[in-house]
Amino acid sequence: MHGSGGQAVFVFNWDCRYQTQVHSKSCWGCLMRIVETMQKADWPAIFSRVTSAALLLAGVLLAAGLCTATPQANSVPSIFDSHSTPADSIRHLSFFVLSVTGLIFLVVFSLLTYAIVKFRGRAADTDREPAQVYGSTQIELAWTIIPILIVVVLFLATARVIHAIQDAPKPAEAVEVTAIGHQFWWEFRYPGLGIVTANELHVPVSDPSHPTPTFLRLLSADTDHSFWIPQLAGKTDLIPNRVNETWLDPHETGLFLGQCAQYCGTQHAKMLLRVYVDSPEDFKVWVRGQQQQANEDEKEAARRRVFERTACLNCHAINGTNGTGRFGPDLTHLMSRRTIASGAAENNSQNLRLWIQNPDSIKPGSLMPAMKLSDAELDALVRYLETLQ
Amino acid sequence: MSTVATPLPKAPLDWKLPYRGKVGMACLIIAESAIFTIFVVAYLYYLGKSLSGPTPREVLETPIFYTICLLSSSLTIHIAGKLLERGRRAAFLASWLLTLILGALFLYGTGQEWHRLIFERGLTISTNLFGTTYYSLVGLHAFHVTVGLILLTIVLLLGLAGRVGRDQSARIEVLSLYWHFVDAVWVVVFTVVYVLGR
Amino acid sequence: MSSDAIAIQTAEAAGRPWVETLHEWVTTVDHKRLGVLYILYALFFLVIGGIEATIMRIQLMRPHNDFVSPQVFNRMFTMHGTTMIFFVAMPILFGFANYLVPLMIGARDMAFPRLNAFSFWLTAFGGLLLYFSLLGGNGLYGAGNAPDVGWWAYAPLASRAFSPGHSSDYWTIALLASGFGSIATAINIIATIVSMRCPGMTLSRMPLLAWMNLVMSGMVLLAISPLSAAQIMLLVDRYLGGHFFDTQAGGSATLWMHFFWIFGHPEVYVLIIPCFAFASEIIPVFSRKPIFGYPVMVGATVCIAFVSMSVWAHHMFTIGMSSYANSFFTITTMAVGVPTGIKIFNWLGTMWGGKIQFKTPMLFCIGFLFQFLIAGLTGIMLASSPFDWQLSGSYFVVAHFHYVIVGGILFALFGAFYYWYPKITGRMLHEGLGKLHFWLFLIGFHLTFDLMHIPGLLGMPRRIYTYEPGRGWDTLNYLVTIGAFVQGIATLVFVANLVISYFKGTKAGNDPWDAWTLEWSVSSPPPAYNFASIPRVASRRPLWDLKHPEDPDSHYE
Repeated sequence: MHGSGGQAVFVFNWDCRYQTQVHSKSCWGCLMRIVETMQKADWPAIFSRVTSAALLLAGVLLAAGLCTATPQANSVPSIFDSHSTPADSIRHLSFFVLSVTGLIFLVVFSLLTYAIVKFRGRAADTDREPAQVYGSTQIELAWTIIPILIVVVLFLATARVIHAIQDAPKPAEAVEVTAIGHQFWWEFRYPGLGIVTANELHVPVSDPSHPTPTFLRLLSADTDHSFWIPQLAGKTDLIPNRVNETWLDPHETGLFLGQCAQYCGTQHAKMLLRVYVDSPEDFKVWVRGQQQQANEDEKEAARRRVFERTACLNCHAINGTNGTGRFGPDLTHLMSRRTIASGAAENNSQNLRLWIQNPDSIKPGSLMPAMKLSDAELDALVRYLETLQ
Repeated sequence: MSTVATPLPKAPLDWKLPYRGKVGMACLIIAESAIFTIFVVAYLYYLGKSLSGPTPREVLETPIFYTICLLSSSLTIHIAGKLLERGRRAAFLASWLLTLILGALFLYGTGQEWHRLIFERGLTISTNLFGTTYYSLVGLHAFHVTVGLILLTIVLLLGLAGRVGRDQSARIEVLSLYWHFVDAVWVVVFTVVYVLGR
Repeated sequence: MSSDAIAIQTAEAAGRPWVETLHEWVTTVDHKRLGVLYILYALFFLVIGGIEATIMRIQLMRPHNDFVSPQVFNRMFTMHGTTMIFFVAMPILFGFANYLVPLMIGARDMAFPRLNAFSFWLTAFGGLLLYFSLLGGNGLYGAGNAPDVGWWAYAPLASRAFSPGHSSDYWTIALLASGFGSIATAINIIATIVSMRCPGMTLSRMPLLAWMNLVMSGMVLLAISPLSAAQIMLLVDRYLGGHFFDTQAGGSATLWMHFFWIFGHPEVYVLIIPCFAFASEIIPVFSRKPIFGYPVMVGATVCIAFVSMSVWAHHMFTIGMSSYANSFFTITTMAVGVPTGIKIFNWLGTMWGGKIQFKTPMLFCIGFLFQFLIAGLTGIMLASSPFDWQLSGSYFVVAHFHYVIVGGILFALFGAFYYWYPKITGRMLHEGLGKLHFWLFLIGFHLTFDLMHIPGLLGMPRRIYTYEPGRGWDTLNYLVTIGAFVQGIATLVFVANLVISYFKGTKAGNDPWDAWTLEWSVSSPPPAYNFASIPRVASRRPLWDLKHPEDPDSHYE
């Protein structure tokens, strides 16, 4: 706002008091000056500020209104809700990094805000330019050295954790798992235990005094994938023609969720992971169950033959049948899993039927073909599959 | 404020900046070097990693003669440039033609080697990792030689038509830079493929 | 002289058949016109890329949404990324460079005007080829035959085995074409700056915009080439039976990753450095002070260029490199934050003690400062490789890089638009609409990209067309989408401003901002020949010297 001659010019002091440069002689004069100011106000800017504030308020209310009931604990795979040694180490490191960067943010943010407020140009003095300062060697040196020191500190803290996690020795009691990534499911083998399963991983809980971590070898049968259970460990990729390794050391039992974290094709989104951390006893029970052969009940023979005579066995293996296909998941203990299609659907009769008949309705673009069976064959097949505990 | 920049005092009177053609060619050479570096890295990375098929030691024969041809062509093009600067057009054209012939000989030699590798030793671009990286790297270089030969030919024809004289020295020098680059790349490719790679 | 130029142009403009004008524009080699063509081309694709983003955000508003199929969604994120990087950001920055560099160094045109035109049309062809892919396959509603391998086209996903058909080829060839166009433009910019500065303009007296475009162009030469090389290798694999990235034949998927990110990381510095240039020109003018620490700004930029060539594998922390490799890339990535941070301090130092005018260009630059600060800090978090083992491949990364690209690059670009539009068109952009654009965009940007960090921290990976409910991601995704719509509206305000002001804006005159670099000494728009006579300069701010003869810069710097 320009003032010239006797016109009043409002100056907003930093402590928000109005000060008129020319005193008005009456209340009416003052009022007229207020009106003048309003007439000259930058209405579009004011309007936009009000609108923005209103939008922000609306957004907050919307958020509040949309808040559903808080999901169950453990169904939120937060990286800060760590339950395993590598995830814990990362969490501690992340707090350190966040505090350092948070501090930097506060300092620089405050300086920037201060500069914007303190050095705003007043309307009155557009004639004179401020002091033309070209630089200052000392200041520039200081704000070079300090960041370098910060980087050194951050790096040292980080390097320690890198080595602690990546170069951790494998104890003799570790459970060994080989994970093979497929489009769009997970194959898990326990070479020492003779187990082949899919999509749902069972590992024993690890007692800090006598650790039994699980060490995984990560392979891929086709494209790149990534094994990520945020609450248990950082992610590691599964890359064809390459062997990667990772490890979990979970301290609590429970179900931990994750999913593939490297785009691998159409159904990358539904390549989900479920990791069951079992108590040592539960784990032994599970292992024994998985080591059994498939049910060779004579009553099921007729239904089993549907599996054996259709194309199913080209891709799927069931111990004790002719099915030795490895393209799709091993079905020997299908019913020991809570979900099918790598977590995309609950494991029940209806979904099994749907999955076999029309996989695209559950996971469009997955590599499971629609099997085109008659209703009778489908019935028989599903009933057979439901015996595979 | 309407201002027009007028000459200011104390500005240097002799204001000589590098010739833009040379700067441009230098930049092109940097970019091309980066491309070749990637192919060389791939070649070196995959040495010994082929799962099957012929190995470099089994099938490669060192192309000494054709290498000498190509590297000499650098000399002849340099001479040609110098001759042109002194205005000796006929000599320039002779040297230029010699460059072209030596370059063409090199290309012929590459073609001959590929023919032998493909039809006698069974190494193609799809045979194995060695085949893929070898033909890609040497092929990329041969492509650059071909482009160079085309440019050299155009200049030869312009020269025969009497359009290339002392005033075009700077442009000829820019083109020679490209040709020297192509030769330098061959030194690297030769070392990597025929010396280190075996 | 300048008024003559305007008179000539208006006389020309009146009563000419549109075919003639069109022909002139299509065959132009004038750096100013090519600059405008680049910018308009990029603005068009900005809108298209924004639509692609909106489609994705609508799909992600709710878990298990079925707005689009996974096939369409995957094509959308591939096209969105590819478009925004190669057909919006690169062209628009080259457009501004093309327009401004000759004017700011006192030259009449770029070093190679015809190569300049060729570069533009090659880039334009690339974009059109990429979008031609939408017309194949299942037709437009199925997003045609557009590539769906992500904008990185990782091996072996992009190989023949997993990407049959031609969708990946559109990606490869379109980017090869535009890549060569970019290299050619970079060559042009370097040759122009090195060989065509006006008398007196030593390298240390060049405007920072020229310096930064010089550095950026050098990086383009070294960064785009690896991508072109890798793409040639991909074509050899796909069409000549090669095995560069064929894991079945012993090839390496990680080799593609190395080659891609050797391009990919310097590329993002290629994108941000010209935006540093805009900030370095705008902030001084609206603070009424020279840039604080010019030599360090140059040095820091060169430093960034070098160090950024050594950080690429921080995009690959999760692929199972050794702890030594991970440590190496951690330290280099953190190190590159130092010269970058220094620049923020220099801009702060420029504003300090100044008289800040909050016109729209400055508002956007201030937004840029705050947002780039935050983006840099989330970058430091990602630099710490164990932390990255959690954050990589999640929405945290998506939030980080959009913070840089939208919060940093786009904001600085908006600032540049408002600042140089008067020079390019001769009219001022409407200040009120500009402020509305700023505030709306600011709100939308923060609503979307502040919140977007959180699902990443809660385990949401990227490039997923849908997600499971009950993981704490639902509400956040909904709000993120709302923010996208707000940004869309803000962009429409901006486009409206561009169009309306072209016809109705107040006439700008030579120097509406009372600035100090050479482009403000000629008319708006400049005559075709730029300068009636080539200027001579004796300092970094030639117009300051002219306006303040009692206190010229040449006495101090």
